[in-house]
Amino acid sequence: MLDVSVSYNRYKFLGHEFLTWLWFLMENNRPFLQKEVPELTSLEIGNRIVLENRLNEGVEIITIKGDEAGFEEAMLSLRKGAVVTELHLLFEAADQQWQFNLKGESLNVSNLKTPKTQTAQSHEDLEGAVLEKIYLFEKVIGLVNILYKHFVKIRISDEWKQGVVPEIKKWIHA
Amino acid sequence: MRAEKKQEIDMGVLSSSVSITGYKIDGKLEDPVMETMEKKLKQHTIMEIDEEVSEKAIGWTSLENPYEPDFDGASFCIGTYMVFALRIDQKSIPSKVLKKYYTLEMSKLLSESGRKYLNKTEKRMVKDRVYSILLRRYPATPKVYDLIWNYEEGFLWFFSNQKSANEELETLFSKTFQLSMIRLFPYTIADLDTGLSDSEREQVNKLSPTRFSE
Repeated sequence: MLDVSVSYNRYKFLGHEFLTWLWFLMENNRPFLQKEVPELTSLEIGNRIVLENRLNEGVEIITIKGDEAGFEEAMLSLRKGAVVTELHLLFEAADQQWQFNLKGESLNVSNLKTPKTQTAQSHEDLEGAVLEKIYLFEKVIGLVNILYKHFVKIRISDEWKQGVVPEIKKWIHA
Repeated sequence: MRAEKKQEIDMGVLSSSVSITGYKIDGKLEDPVMETMEKKLKQHTIMEIDEEVSEKAIGWTSLENPYEPDFDGASFCIGTYMVFALRIDQKSIPSKVLKKYYTLEMSKLLSESGRKYLNKTEKRMVKDRVYSILLRRYPATPKVYDLIWNYEEGFLWFFSNQKSANEELETLFSKTFQLSMIRLFPYTIADLDTGLSDSEREQVNKLSPTRFSE
Protein backbone atom coordinates (compact mmCIF):
# COMPACT_ATOMS: atom_id res chain seq x y z
CA MET A 1 0.00 0.00 0.00
CA LEU A 2 1.17 3.50 -0.79
CA ASP A 3 2.01 6.04 1.88
CA VAL A 4 -1.25 7.33 3.40
CA SER A 5 -0.66 11.07 2.99
CA VAL A 6 0.61 10.65 -0.58
CA SER A 7 -2.30 8.40 -1.57
CA TYR A 8 -4.86 10.77 0.00
CA ASN A 9 -3.89 13.54 -2.39
CA ARG A 10 -2.98 11.44 -5.40
CA TYR A 11 -6.26 9.50 -5.47
CA LYS A 12 -8.78 12.03 -4.24
CA PHE A 13 -10.00 12.17 -7.84
CA LEU A 14 -11.55 8.73 -7.19
CA GLY A 15 -13.88 10.30 -4.62
CA HIS A 16 -14.76 13.15 -6.97
CA GLU A 17 -15.50 10.75 -9.82
CA PHE A 18 -17.55 8.61 -7.44
CA LEU A 19 -19.80 11.58 -6.54
CA THR A 20 -20.13 12.56 -10.20
CA TRP A 21 -21.07 8.95 -11.06
CA LEU A 22 -23.51 8.88 -8.14
CA TRP A 23 -25.27 12.01 -9.35
CA PHE A 24 -25.47 10.44 -12.83
CA LEU A 25 -27.03 7.29 -11.32
CA MET A 26 -29.55 9.27 -9.30
CA GLU A 27 -30.68 11.03 -12.47
CA ASN A 28 -30.46 8.15 -14.91
CA ASN A 29 -30.35 4.73 -13.32
CA ARG A 30 -32.45 4.44 -10.17
CA PRO A 31 -33.13 0.73 -10.72
CA PHE A 32 -29.38 0.14 -10.31
CA LEU A 33 -29.36 1.96 -6.95
CA GLN A 34 -32.39 -0.01 -5.78
CA LYS A 35 -30.78 -3.27 -6.85
CA GLU A 36 -27.59 -2.48 -4.93
CA VAL A 37 -29.41 -1.22 -1.84
CA PRO A 38 -32.75 -3.06 -1.78
CA GLU A 39 -34.13 -1.16 1.21
CA LEU A 40 -33.52 2.20 -0.48
CA THR A 41 -36.74 3.96 -1.43
CA SER A 42 -35.17 7.25 -2.43
CA LEU A 43 -31.78 8.92 -2.82
CA GLU A 44 -31.77 12.56 -3.86
CA ILE A 45 -29.43 15.51 -3.90
CA GLY A 46 -30.45 17.78 -1.01
CA ASN A 47 -29.66 21.47 -0.77
CA ARG A 48 -25.96 21.63 -1.56
CA ILE A 49 -23.57 20.58 -4.28
CA VAL A 50 -19.96 21.69 -4.60
CA LEU A 51 -17.90 21.34 -7.76
CA GLU A 52 -14.29 22.05 -8.56
CA ASN A 53 -12.73 22.94 -11.88
CA ARG A 54 -8.96 22.91 -12.20
CA LEU A 55 -8.04 25.53 -14.77
CA ASN A 56 -4.66 26.69 -15.98
CA GLU A 57 -4.94 29.86 -13.91
CA GLY A 58 -6.07 28.13 -10.72
CA VAL A 59 -8.93 26.28 -9.13
CA GLU A 60 -12.55 27.37 -9.53
CA ILE A 61 -14.93 26.26 -6.77
CA ILE A 62 -18.64 26.33 -7.56
CA THR A 63 -21.09 25.98 -4.66
CA ILE A 64 -24.81 25.65 -5.27
CA LYS A 65 -26.95 25.72 -2.15
CA GLY A 66 -30.48 26.39 -0.97
CA ASP A 67 -33.64 24.31 -0.84
CA GLU A 68 -34.95 25.81 -4.07
CA ALA A 69 -31.63 25.72 -5.92
CA GLY A 70 -31.63 24.28 -9.41
CA PHE A 71 -28.67 22.34 -10.68
CA GLU A 72 -28.35 23.95 -14.13
CA GLU A 73 -25.23 25.84 -13.00
CA ALA A 74 -23.73 22.62 -11.69
CA MET A 75 -24.41 20.88 -14.99
CA LEU A 76 -22.84 23.77 -16.86
CA SER A 77 -19.75 23.43 -14.67
CA LEU A 78 -19.55 19.71 -15.46
CA ARG A 79 -19.63 20.60 -19.16
CA LYS A 80 -16.71 22.94 -18.59
CA GLY A 81 -14.70 20.15 -16.98
CA ALA A 82 -15.59 20.38 -13.29
CA VAL A 83 -16.03 17.39 -10.99
CA VAL A 84 -18.33 17.04 -7.99
CA THR A 85 -16.41 17.40 -4.74
CA GLU A 86 -19.25 17.44 -2.21
CA LEU A 87 -22.92 16.43 -2.14
CA HIS A 88 -25.69 16.90 0.38
CA LEU A 89 -27.83 13.77 0.15
CA LEU A 90 -31.30 12.78 1.27
CA PHE A 91 -31.64 9.05 1.75
CA GLU A 92 -34.93 7.30 2.49
CA ALA A 93 -35.57 3.73 3.53
CA ALA A 94 -38.49 2.13 5.39
CA ASP A 95 -40.32 5.47 5.72
CA GLN A 96 -37.37 7.07 7.44
CA GLN A 97 -35.05 9.80 6.20
CA TRP A 98 -31.37 10.52 6.68
CA GLN A 99 -29.56 13.68 5.53
CA PHE A 100 -25.83 14.08 5.24
CA ASN A 101 -22.96 15.71 3.40
CA LEU A 102 -20.51 13.47 1.62
CA LYS A 103 -17.09 14.87 0.76
CA GLY A 104 -15.41 13.26 -2.22
CA GLU A 105 -11.74 13.55 -1.27
CA SER A 106 -12.19 11.85 2.14
CA LEU A 107 -15.59 10.15 1.83
CA ASN A 108 -16.21 11.64 5.26
CA VAL A 109 -19.80 11.99 6.32
CA SER A 110 -20.70 15.28 7.97
CA ASN A 111 -23.86 16.94 9.31
CA LEU A 112 -25.49 13.54 9.43
CA LYS A 113 -29.07 13.79 10.66
CA THR A 114 -30.67 10.44 11.35
CA PRO A 115 -34.38 9.74 11.82
CA LYS A 116 -35.51 10.95 15.24
CA THR A 117 -34.70 8.68 18.13
CA GLN A 118 -35.73 8.58 21.76
CA THR A 119 -33.65 10.77 24.05
CA ALA A 120 -31.62 9.17 26.81
CA GLN A 121 -32.48 10.57 30.23
CA SER A 122 -30.79 8.06 32.46
CA HIS A 123 -27.91 5.65 32.49
CA GLU A 124 -30.39 2.83 31.82
CA ASP A 125 -31.62 4.56 28.65
CA LEU A 126 -28.13 5.26 27.40
CA GLU A 127 -27.19 1.82 26.14
CA GLY A 128 -30.37 1.46 24.08
CA ALA A 129 -30.08 5.00 22.73
CA VAL A 130 -26.46 4.50 21.63
CA LEU A 131 -27.23 1.15 19.99
CA GLU A 132 -30.18 2.68 18.15
CA LYS A 133 -27.95 5.49 16.88
CA ILE A 134 -25.25 3.02 15.79
CA TYR A 135 -27.89 1.09 13.83
CA LEU A 136 -28.97 4.32 12.11
CA PHE A 137 -25.38 5.44 11.38
CA GLU A 138 -24.66 2.02 9.89
CA LYS A 139 -27.41 2.55 7.32
CA VAL A 140 -25.62 5.59 5.90
CA ILE A 141 -22.08 4.25 6.20
CA GLY A 142 -23.30 0.97 4.67
CA LEU A 143 -24.97 2.81 1.78
CA VAL A 144 -21.80 4.77 0.99
CA ASN A 145 -19.61 1.66 1.29
CA ILE A 146 -21.79 -0.50 -0.97
CA LEU A 147 -21.97 2.17 -3.65
CA TYR A 148 -18.29 3.09 -3.45
CA LYS A 149 -17.18 -0.54 -3.62
CA HIS A 150 -19.34 -1.02 -6.68
CA PHE A 151 -17.88 2.12 -8.20
CA VAL A 152 -14.31 0.87 -7.65
CA LYS A 153 -15.10 -2.45 -9.37
CA ILE A 154 -16.54 -0.62 -12.38
CA ARG A 155 -13.77 1.97 -12.35
CA ILE A 156 -11.02 -0.63 -12.87
CA SER A 157 -13.00 -2.56 -15.47
CA ASP A 158 -13.26 -1.97 -19.23
CA GLU A 159 -16.91 -1.08 -18.66
CA TRP A 160 -15.82 2.31 -17.26
CA LYS A 161 -14.21 3.57 -20.48
CA GLN A 162 -16.46 1.73 -22.88
CA GLY A 163 -19.85 2.10 -21.24
CA VAL A 164 -20.04 4.41 -18.23
CA VAL A 165 -17.92 7.39 -19.33
CA PRO A 166 -19.67 7.74 -22.74
CA GLU A 167 -23.05 7.59 -20.93
CA ILE A 168 -22.01 10.25 -18.40
CA LYS A 169 -20.70 12.46 -21.22
CA LYS A 170 -23.98 12.05 -23.08
CA TRP A 171 -25.90 13.08 -19.93
CA ILE A 172 -23.67 16.07 -19.27
CA HIS A 173 -23.90 17.36 -22.83
CA ALA A 174 -27.59 16.57 -23.43
CA MET B 1 -43.99 17.75 46.21
CA ARG B 2 -41.14 18.89 44.06
CA ALA B 3 -41.19 17.58 40.52
CA GLU B 4 -37.90 16.06 39.48
CA LYS B 5 -36.80 17.41 36.15
CA LYS B 6 -35.04 14.84 34.03
CA GLN B 7 -32.14 16.06 31.96
CA GLU B 8 -31.24 14.71 28.57
CA ILE B 9 -27.83 13.11 28.26
CA ASP B 10 -26.02 15.29 25.77
CA MET B 11 -23.10 13.74 23.92
CA GLY B 12 -21.61 13.65 20.44
CA VAL B 13 -22.97 10.27 19.44
CA LEU B 14 -26.51 11.22 20.47
CA SER B 15 -26.47 14.75 19.01
CA SER B 16 -28.97 15.63 16.35
CA SER B 17 -26.17 16.12 13.81
CA VAL B 18 -22.85 14.29 13.70
CA SER B 19 -19.75 14.04 11.53
CA ILE B 20 -17.95 10.73 11.15
CA THR B 21 -14.44 9.76 10.08
CA GLY B 22 -13.93 6.03 9.51
CA TYR B 23 -10.85 3.99 10.44
CA LYS B 24 -9.74 0.42 9.89
CA ILE B 25 -8.04 -1.16 12.92
CA ASP B 26 -5.71 -4.09 12.43
CA GLY B 27 -4.38 -6.37 15.13
CA LYS B 28 -5.70 -7.77 18.40
CA LEU B 29 -5.19 -6.90 22.04
CA GLU B 30 -3.81 -9.33 24.55
CA ASP B 31 -6.39 -11.68 26.16
CA PRO B 32 -8.51 -11.09 28.17
CA VAL B 33 -9.38 -8.23 25.85
CA MET B 34 -11.74 -6.32 28.17
CA GLU B 35 -9.20 -6.23 30.98
CA THR B 36 -6.40 -5.19 28.62
CA MET B 37 -8.55 -2.44 27.20
CA GLU B 38 -9.61 -1.18 30.62
CA LYS B 39 -5.99 -1.13 31.77
CA LYS B 40 -4.82 0.75 28.66
CA LEU B 41 -7.64 3.29 28.84
CA LYS B 42 -6.84 3.95 32.49
CA GLN B 43 -3.14 4.41 31.67
CA HIS B 44 -4.03 7.14 29.18
CA THR B 45 -7.04 8.74 30.89
CA ILE B 46 -7.15 12.54 30.59
CA MET B 47 -5.33 14.32 33.43
CA GLU B 48 -6.86 17.45 34.92
CA ILE B 49 -4.63 20.48 34.35
CA ASP B 50 -6.83 23.25 35.73
CA GLU B 51 -4.50 24.09 38.57
CA GLU B 52 -1.34 23.03 36.81
CA VAL B 53 1.15 24.96 34.73
CA SER B 54 0.38 22.70 31.72
CA GLU B 55 -1.12 24.28 28.64
CA LYS B 56 -2.65 21.21 27.05
CA ALA B 57 -3.75 17.69 28.00
CA ILE B 58 -4.96 14.86 25.78
CA GLY B 59 -6.42 11.59 26.99
CA TRP B 60 -9.35 9.20 26.99
CA THR B 61 -12.55 9.83 28.83
CA SER B 62 -15.94 8.20 29.36
CA LEU B 63 -18.80 8.78 27.00
CA GLU B 64 -21.39 9.35 29.67
CA ASN B 65 -19.32 11.39 32.11
CA PRO B 66 -16.59 13.06 30.09
CA TYR B 67 -15.61 15.30 33.03
CA GLU B 68 -15.31 12.40 35.48
CA PRO B 69 -13.73 9.58 33.50
CA ASP B 70 -14.44 6.10 34.79
CA PHE B 71 -13.46 2.93 32.95
CA ASP B 72 -14.15 0.49 35.78
CA GLY B 73 -15.91 -2.76 35.02
CA ALA B 74 -15.89 -2.47 31.24
CA SER B 75 -18.25 0.52 31.47
CA PHE B 76 -16.95 1.53 28.02
CA CYS B 77 -18.60 -1.52 26.46
CA ILE B 78 -22.06 -1.15 24.89
CA GLY B 79 -23.32 -4.27 23.13
CA THR B 80 -20.41 -5.47 21.03
CA TYR B 81 -18.96 -1.97 20.70
CA MET B 82 -16.30 -0.13 22.68
CA VAL B 83 -17.62 3.37 23.19
CA PHE B 84 -15.51 6.08 24.76
CA ALA B 85 -14.15 9.51 23.90
CA LEU B 86 -11.04 11.53 23.21
CA ARG B 87 -10.75 14.66 25.34
CA ILE B 88 -8.47 17.55 24.52
CA ASP B 89 -8.11 20.23 27.20
CA GLN B 90 -6.43 23.41 26.10
CA LYS B 91 -5.71 26.64 27.95
CA SER B 92 -5.63 29.80 25.97
CA ILE B 93 -4.51 33.01 27.64
CA PRO B 94 -5.63 36.12 25.77
CA SER B 95 -2.63 38.14 24.61
CA LYS B 96 -4.04 41.31 26.18
CA VAL B 97 -4.31 39.62 29.58
CA LEU B 98 -0.72 38.44 29.28
CA LYS B 99 0.38 41.94 28.25
CA LYS B 100 -1.41 43.52 31.23
CA TYR B 101 0.18 41.27 33.86
CA TYR B 102 3.58 41.39 32.15
CA THR B 103 3.53 45.20 32.12
CA LEU B 104 2.44 45.35 35.80
CA GLU B 105 5.14 42.88 36.81
CA MET B 106 7.80 44.83 34.89
CA SER B 107 6.80 48.12 36.58
CA LYS B 108 6.93 46.45 39.98
CA LEU B 109 10.38 45.01 39.38
CA LEU B 110 11.75 48.29 38.02
CA SER B 111 10.42 50.28 40.92
CA GLU B 112 11.68 47.76 43.49
CA SER B 113 15.16 47.63 41.97
CA GLY B 114 15.39 51.32 41.09
CA ARG B 115 16.56 50.38 37.61
CA LYS B 116 15.37 52.02 34.39
CA TYR B 117 15.14 48.92 32.25
CA LEU B 118 15.58 45.13 32.19
CA ASN B 119 17.75 43.29 29.72
CA LYS B 120 16.38 40.88 27.11
CA THR B 121 16.94 37.74 29.24
CA GLU B 122 15.32 39.32 32.29
CA LYS B 123 12.29 40.37 30.22
CA ARG B 124 11.96 36.82 28.87
CA MET B 125 12.13 35.43 32.41
CA VAL B 126 9.42 37.83 33.62
CA LYS B 127 7.23 36.92 30.70
CA ASP B 128 7.67 33.18 31.33
CA ARG B 129 6.92 33.60 35.04
CA VAL B 130 3.77 35.66 34.39
CA TYR B 131 2.67 33.13 31.78
CA SER B 132 3.11 30.25 34.25
CA ILE B 133 1.15 32.07 36.97
CA LEU B 134 -1.68 32.77 34.53
CA LEU B 135 -1.68 29.15 33.31
CA ARG B 136 -2.36 28.01 36.88
CA ARG B 137 -5.23 30.46 37.16
CA TYR B 138 -6.92 29.78 33.83
CA PRO B 139 -9.16 26.71 33.47
CA ALA B 140 -8.65 24.63 30.34
CA THR B 141 -11.37 24.47 27.68
CA PRO B 142 -12.32 20.83 27.19
CA LYS B 143 -13.29 19.39 23.82
CA VAL B 144 -14.79 15.92 23.74
CA TYR B 145 -14.92 13.74 20.64
CA ASP B 146 -16.78 10.44 20.93
CA LEU B 147 -15.71 7.25 19.21
CA ILE B 148 -17.24 3.86 18.56
CA TRP B 149 -14.93 0.92 18.03
CA ASN B 150 -16.19 -2.35 16.64
CA TYR B 151 -13.29 -4.42 17.93
CA GLU B 152 -14.34 -7.72 16.37
CA GLU B 153 -14.83 -6.31 12.88
CA GLY B 154 -11.85 -3.96 13.08
CA PHE B 155 -13.44 -0.63 12.33
CA LEU B 156 -13.77 2.57 14.30
CA TRP B 157 -15.90 5.69 13.85
CA PHE B 158 -14.54 8.93 15.18
CA PHE B 159 -17.12 11.67 15.60
CA SER B 160 -15.23 14.55 14.09
CA ASN B 161 -13.85 15.46 10.68
CA GLN B 162 -11.46 18.07 12.10
CA LYS B 163 -7.94 17.46 10.90
CA SER B 164 -6.28 18.35 14.22
CA ALA B 165 -8.67 16.18 16.29
CA ASN B 166 -8.13 13.23 13.94
CA GLU B 167 -4.35 13.64 14.18
CA GLU B 168 -4.51 13.70 17.99
CA LEU B 169 -6.70 10.60 17.93
CA GLU B 170 -4.27 8.71 15.68
CA THR B 171 -1.31 9.59 17.92
CA LEU B 172 -3.01 8.68 21.19
CA PHE B 173 -4.63 5.52 19.82
CA SER B 174 -1.33 4.20 18.55
CA LYS B 175 0.42 5.08 21.83
CA THR B 176 -2.33 3.44 23.91
CA PHE B 177 -3.14 0.26 22.00
CA GLN B 178 -0.12 -0.28 19.69
CA LEU B 179 -2.50 -1.33 16.90
CA SER B 180 -2.48 -0.25 13.28
CA MET B 181 -5.05 2.48 12.61
CA ILE B 182 -5.67 3.50 9.01
CA ARG B 183 -7.92 6.38 8.08
CA LEU B 184 -10.47 5.39 5.44
CA PHE B 185 -10.63 7.57 2.33
CA PRO B 186 -11.05 6.75 -1.37
CA TYR B 187 -7.66 5.09 -1.85
CA THR B 188 -7.49 3.16 1.44
CA ILE B 189 -11.09 1.92 1.08
CA ALA B 190 -10.30 0.68 -2.43
CA ASP B 191 -7.06 -0.91 -1.28
CA LEU B 192 -8.13 -2.47 2.02
CA ASP B 193 -11.87 -2.73 2.17
CA THR B 194 -13.23 -3.63 -1.23
CA GLY B 195 -12.16 -7.26 -1.48
CA LEU B 196 -10.02 -6.66 -4.57
CA SER B 197 -7.43 -9.19 -5.72
CA ASP B 198 -3.75 -8.20 -5.81
CA SER B 199 -3.89 -7.56 -9.55
CA GLU B 200 -7.04 -5.43 -9.15
CA ARG B 201 -5.36 -3.41 -6.39
CA GLU B 202 -2.45 -2.87 -8.75
CA GLN B 203 -4.93 -1.58 -11.33
CA VAL B 204 -6.23 0.94 -8.77
CA ASN B 205 -2.66 2.19 -8.28
CA LYS B 206 -2.39 2.85 -12.02
CA LEU B 207 -5.63 4.84 -12.34
CA SER B 208 -5.58 8.46 -13.49
CA PRO B 209 -8.39 11.05 -13.56
CA THR B 210 -11.18 10.78 -16.15
CA ARG B 211 -12.30 13.81 -18.14
CA PHE B 212 -16.07 13.92 -18.50
CA SER B 213 -16.13 17.10 -20.60
CA GLU B 214 -15.59 16.82 -24.33
